[in-house]
Amino acid sequence: MTEGLRYAYAVVRDTDAPQAARTALERVPGVAGEPVVAVRHLGLAVLAGTVPAEDFDEGPLRQRLDDMAWLERVARTHQRVVDTVGAESCVIPVRLATVCQGEEGLRRMLAAGRERFASALDRLEGRVEWGVKAYAATPVPEGPSAAQEPPAPEGPPAGTPSAPGGMSGRDYLRRRKAQRQATERRWGDTEEGARLVHDTLSGLAERARLHPPQDPRLSGVSDRNVLNAAYLVRREDSAAFAERVGELAGRTAALRVELTGPWAPYSFTAPDETDAPDETDARDGTDARDGAESTGAEG
Amino acid sequence: MGERDSVTTRGGVAPTAGAYGSPASSFGSSGSYGLAGRGEGGANLADILERVLDKGVVIAGDIRINLLDIELLTIKLRLIVASVDKAKEMGIDWWEHDPSLSSRARAEVNGPQKTEVTGGENRESAE
Repeated sequence: MTEGLRYAYAVVRDTDAPQAARTALERVPGVAGEPVVAVRHLGLAVLAGTVPAEDFDEGPLRQRLDDMAWLERVARTHQRVVDTVGAESCVIPVRLATVCQGEEGLRRMLAAGRERFASALDRLEGRVEWGVKAYAATPVPEGPSAAQEPPAPEGPPAGTPSAPGGMSGRDYLRRRKAQRQATERRWGDTEEGARLVHDTLSGLAERARLHPPQDPRLSGVSDRNVLNAAYLVRREDSAAFAERVGELAGRTAALRVELTGPWAPYSFTAPDETDAPDETDARDGTDARDGAESTGAEG
Repeated sequence: MGERDSVTTRGGVAPTAGAYGSPASSFGSSGSYGLAGRGEGGANLADILERVLDKGVVIAGDIRINLLDIELLTIKLRLIVASVDKAKEMGIDWWEHDPSLSSRARAEVNGPQKTEVTGGENRESAE
């Protein structure tokens, strides 16, 4: 069957890898529950599956993307397929919802992207991506302990931390000021800490990329996300990298550091024109701080 | 999926370099080290969406999805960083009422029902 819509997950080299990937993928269905197979062309192979037009043709697909539950399912499945293939060989993920007409369409896609895929495969062979997020540790001054240390001598009874009615206006303002100053001091620490983490890890990684911080309110994580970064690391250096992240977490008390991975090298598929300096800087670890600043300064 | 993967030490396998698969470790400021429990799909949805929607090779397939649509979606999704279920638990469901995100909301906007909800507030404070 060569007709019908094909959903593409990832591109690999057409070596023996597609065979290994195919075996691994026997247990991992695609976004429509379909088998994922390799379609080969020009020394490359794209892992793809046949998907129904009622979900993946242009109109329906746009509608489906509006549906968060659908999107979550597709995103997780897409990632699972990419991970599975990546466990067997170097893999270049394509963006979610890349859909072609039949095998012919997939081959056209490989032909169109041939150079990009080939150069990405060369760059990323043997590398994995690690995600590192740092959060400002849970604020203390807002907590009950702050209420027990009234900043003003004639402070109101403890236990009414957020009730201005229990104290004079001046006391209230004074307390607010003290809280604000404490908060600012803490941010100073955390941004310094985030920079230290990022600088250090950039020095260990071949490449580093900063993602926008995740929103604290909606993540359900009340701590502020002050660093959200991805690092490209040689597979064999992964254990050392993870260990280093643990050390850094121990050294930066104001931060909670979270490590995710290894991921397929999603964040590094593009050639590094825009941040070419970053690549050299990342190696000696001296000057990735611009990026760290822009991460921390927002909000 | 009530479990946050940002909580420390819940046991699990050590991070191996052998395969992708996104186990997470969380390092508390106490220096504790361990792997976080995961929901069914493994990684946090925000982490996944960040990558599958935003990264990866962008190459035109035959089905043209307006990339701007996806980018707009991505921007909004940055706000929905937890899983949908988690967000709903927290009473956050503004996307269901946002016409640019939800077909149901489009219908509602056109209908007689007024959909004020919490959306405005959330978006405002998200700036």
